Amino acid sequence: MTVILLGPQRFRPSVRNTVRSLEVDGPVATVTAGWREREPDDAELDEMLDGRSVNLRLYRRRQDVMQRDAEFAAAARERSDTLKELHTVYVLRLDHAIAAVSELVLRDIHAPVAASALDDAIDAVRTLDARHLELVGEVHAEFYDRTLPHERDAIVEHRTAVASALQRCAAVTIAGGHIGALLWCLNLFNVAPALTDKAVVAWSAGAMVLCDRIVLFNDHAPDGRSYAEVYDSGLGLCHGIVALPHARRRLRLEDPVNVLVFARRFTPAHCVVLDDGVRVDCPDRHCCAPGTRVLTRDGRVEELERVV
Amino acid sequence: MTTARARPRGRKLAINRLRERRPVDAQAVDRFIERHVFPIVEGDRATFVYRGDADEVLLRHWIVGLPSAIPLRRVHDSDLWYLVLELPERSRIEYKLEVRRGEHREWTDDPLNPRISHNPMGQNSVVHAAGYEVPDWTQPDPETRPGAVTDLVVPSRALRRDCDVALYLPARFRPSRRYPLLVVHDGGDYLRYAAAKTVLDNLIHRLDVAEVVVAFTHPGDRLIEYPDDAAHARYLTKELVPRLEAEFPLVQRPSGRCLMGSSFGAVAALSTANRFPGFYGSLLLESGSFVFTDIGNDHGGGPAFDPVVKFINRFRARPRRVVDRAFVTCGVYEPLIVRNRSMVPVLRETGMDVRYTEARDGHTWENWRDQLRDGLSWIYPGPHKLYYE
Repeated sequence: MTVILLGPQRFRPSVRNTVRSLEVDGPVATVTAGWREREPDDAELDEMLDGRSVNLRLYRRRQDVMQRDAEFAAAARERSDTLKELHTVYVLRLDHAIAAVSELVLRDIHAPVAASALDDAIDAVRTLDARHLELVGEVHAEFYDRTLPHERDAIVEHRTAVASALQRCAAVTIAGGHIGALLWCLNLFNVAPALTDKAVVAWSAGAMVLCDRIVLFNDHAPDGRSYAEVYDSGLGLCHGIVALPHARRRLRLEDPVNVLVFARRFTPAHCVVLDDGVRVDCPDRHCCAPGTRVLTRDGRVEELERVV
Repeated sequence: MTTARARPRGRKLAINRLRERRPVDAQAVDRFIERHVFPIVEGDRATFVYRGDADEVLLRHWIVGLPSAIPLRRVHDSDLWYLVLELPERSRIEYKLEVRRGEHREWTDDPLNPRISHNPMGQNSVVHAAGYEVPDWTQPDPETRPGAVTDLVVPSRALRRDCDVALYLPARFRPSRRYPLLVVHDGGDYLRYAAAKTVLDNLIHRLDVAEVVVAFTHPGDRLIEYPDDAAHARYLTKELVPRLEAEFPLVQRPSGRCLMGSSFGAVAALSTANRFPGFYGSLLLESGSFVFTDIGNDHGGGPAFDPVVKFINRFRARPRRVVDRAFVTCGVYEPLIVRNRSMVPVLRETGMDVRYTEARDGHTWENWRDQLRDGLSWIYPGPHKLYYE
């Protein structure tokens, strides 16, 4: 299995050359569920894929399931409410944990004390992140245990259709958009297991969703909550990576303290910068190629020198 | 449009360069008028100019800390009058000119300044300091998909009248989703003078604010209904919100209910939350008329403020947590700035999460419009962190 993560495609599209470089024949499956209502607007993408695209239409399929299976839809809404409450509590606690980190950075504290205090404060944030991820996982598990999607006609029908479409494709592209919608659709239709023998090319939210953890970030958030948040577990097809699309636009990379806190918070994963034009090859799910730009624990953005 | 430029160090103001000329005849004044945009903003100075026959010209404004009427001076013996005023960066000021001819006095908009701000009392001229720009999200954006505003009538036993409500539903509204609710006092004025619909459309489109249902309410007699009126609080909490929650897909939890208002409307929002603590999750309070006294009853606001003072004094004496989160904002040039600054620690000590901002502006609808992005995005954050195109 080959996974290639790309930078955003809007201004410097590279998906055409990337897919051609894979030298795969036949149709290429596409996932544009992150575009939500605009999912079918994929003519440009199809043209870039030399007219070979087969859109899996996961978003439309999800809507169809929701319409046909009222009980499942109600359970999904309930899960969504629970996740929102969990998020509210997580953010509330994160506010204070991040404030402690920020305060320690700002204060003039005797050096040996400062270093360990900062490490401890970041550890507290890491603990919170891990616990949130755990709780989110429990909510999903309870939801799937209760609703048994594999026994529901509408879902089984669509899963079969998706699996059949994927079987005919040697490569899959996953576009960005709304990370929540994208993740939900990929999980609902059980796409991840079918990707193990494919070449996967993904960008923006599509790249994020392939990682173990999905980390949301926007240092310029208008609501003032500029810190990163752990959102959910990803598909786990790229281990040891936190994907950061639009990093230059969304993160204050010029601020070394901001960068080092970010990097230490998610260590040992590499926080990979995915700006326009970037290509990161992950040939065996575990590694980043040399030259991949990552945030470092001392507050810089640097290229990796060796495969990790 | 007023152009605001940094003034090169040592360079004289345009008006002073004119004054140094001899003679300042009609042609020189004509050229001066033609060549400039008024008021002339140069660095942190604004030059207000009036041309015409007059015995006296005064700048009338509502900036606390400055005399409310400041005389313009005549340029030599011409018909050109001027006043240079300090104008700190990012300020936005509304004003009028008062022109006296003999015994006749007239308040007028600045005839040389096309920039006008509208409000329920009429209109004023506006000057923008260097660094102030009208936020682009307050202007119609052709790329934004508009929400819809529909009129509702809510019969109210509490208020003993039929209450009009303009209900905003966001673009792509879907009954299958659940939306938070924002209840806005003086809703008609927010729509008319603070471009509230355009602001909501844009902020939702830009992912700064969550998709939200907004009830723009219209007061009967706001001087009676807004300052801690039990009937008004009952109308909102027992009639309006339950009806909306029954008819529309709303969150139906405190975290999905916010009361908003400016001036007396902010008092109405706070006092309603105070009468039903825990029912609303958040407040958005703009330039609240939070007038109080520390001793005695001489608050200086007139009879309309008596119930306000009574309520605020009571609240300050025994502050309590009535919502989880409150966004409070005020203009630094309005007399209420001290009152609002004084309320912030009182609100915070109850354990409420309070965000407080100030603007270099006055008690105006455009100020309240300009603060909506900060306020709404804090109360109901948009999904900007979820989108990676």
